[in-house]
Amino acid sequence: MKLEINRIHSYYGKSHVLEGVSLEVNPGELVTLLGRNGAGKTTTLRSIAGIVRPAEGSIVFDGEELIGKEVFEIARRGVSLVPEHRGIFGLLSVEENLAIAVRASSRWSLSDVYEMFPRLYERRKNGGNALSGGEQQMLAIARALVNDPKLLLLDEPTEGLAPVIVDEIVRILGKIREAGVSVLLVEQNLAVCEKLADRHYVIEQGQVVYSGTGEQFRQEQAVKDRYLAV
Amino acid sequence: MSLYLFQALNGIGLGMIYFLISVGLTIIFGLLNFVNFAHGAYYLLGSYLCFTLVSLTGNFWLALVVAPVAVAMLAWVTEKTLIRRAYHLPHTFHILITLGIALIIQELSIAVWGPIGKTVAVPEALSGVFRMGDFFYPKYRLFVILFTAVIAVGLWLLLERTRFGALVRAGSEDAETVSLLGTHIHKLFALTFALGVGLAGLAGVLAAPIRGVHPFIGPEVLGLAFVVVVIGGMGSFSGALVGGLLVGLVQSMMTTIWPQGASLMIYGAMAVVILLRPYGLFGRA
Repeated sequence: MKLEINRIHSYYGKSHVLEGVSLEVNPGELVTLLGRNGAGKTTTLRSIAGIVRPAEGSIVFDGEELIGKEVFEIARRGVSLVPEHRGIFGLLSVEENLAIAVRASSRWSLSDVYEMFPRLYERRKNGGNALSGGEQQMLAIARALVNDPKLLLLDEPTEGLAPVIVDEIVRILGKIREAGVSVLLVEQNLAVCEKLADRHYVIEQGQVVYSGTGEQFRQEQAVKDRYLAV
Repeated sequence: MSLYLFQALNGIGLGMIYFLISVGLTIIFGLLNFVNFAHGAYYLLGSYLCFTLVSLTGNFWLALVVAPVAVAMLAWVTEKTLIRRAYHLPHTFHILITLGIALIIQELSIAVWGPIGKTVAVPEALSGVFRMGDFFYPKYRLFVILFTAVIAVGLWLLLERTRFGALVRAGSEDAETVSLLGTHIHKLFALTFALGVGLAGLAGVLAAPIRGVHPFIGPEVLGLAFVVVVIGGMGSFSGALVGGLLVGLVQSMMTTIWPQGASLMIYGAMAVVILLRPYGLFGRA
């Protein structure tokens, strides 16, 4: 199912964060959205999920306009956002965190995600607030998977995680993509992005300033220096 | 000795009624982050509906089922039409709106039932006393203790062992994320509000044969419920239970020891709890 974002403008109060962002994610594609802090990556994801309502433009998913729909309505259409803060419920057990998201229509059941993340199975009785950062990220992804995603929006899934956990997340993202779920990935770790992505977009001050395939992007040292170097 | 036992049982019965009122208040606050100053008025309505249903049909059991459901339905309608529009506003607006609702309910009650209090007869099956050796206790009050205990267990199971309960607890932490998982958040809020207020209505029904009904009891009940919630901790089920029992017991024991100081001691207990544990016995920062 295809996502087409056409020139959206989003605001936080008076500050104009997205100034006409356009991008698309084709069925089964893994696309990254790169850019510095404050460029508008998170706001783009939040606009797609319906948390922020763009004042102009359109967001069409599977032939349907998403702007104006409620957050839960968009989620029910298979657009699944894993936010940067991961949104784990600390007072619920790992199993409850998953159970409230389970949808029968999903290709991943509870036991499937436990198989993918054995660590979560071991910790299923633990409270969400007892988990490490890596475990929380795994739980957030697992929870999105049982929620029947058609398009997964991931906001910096490897941020602050140990390299061995990052490898684990990369392996899982590969699997998700093999299963045919489209992914829009916001990520600072360029190595991770280049390993996984079909295409890349670079966003700067609320506008898309570069787009290219994985192959092209590898050669674009100038783009990386200009927009992504710290 | 049996006087103290008698008063302890009274305190537990009273405390369980306070629990029913406060647990609704605290669940609503926890999930919706909404301050419901109309809570006492819904209790009042529960009591009056009980009075009317018992007067018309003579059947208390009917009132026990119908009145709380009617109160919950009214709450559901209020949530849909008015209250949901105020969630994004600061707490002061919640207080203004619900205080308005409380006054409307109170004044309408006076218009319908008159300014003078009513009494509700104890159901026939539960009139008289339960006797064990030389100890007597009114059957109805014993029934209230047992019945509310069953309700408390049922409510605990609902909150801790069902998907609905997990969603309520999850939403209390982070409603936006619950919404991101595809949960119809407005429905969840409306149901929770109706449930919480329905429990206040139920408390009103159960208390009617013991304390009667008068149109100005709403603010008193609301004040007590807030004391219980502050003692127990905002948003906590166990807090409402322990806080309710504590307040009920203090109030009832003090009536024997020092009647004039009964209300004072409740607020004294609250002050001690706030000093020692500012977030309440079961509260979290």
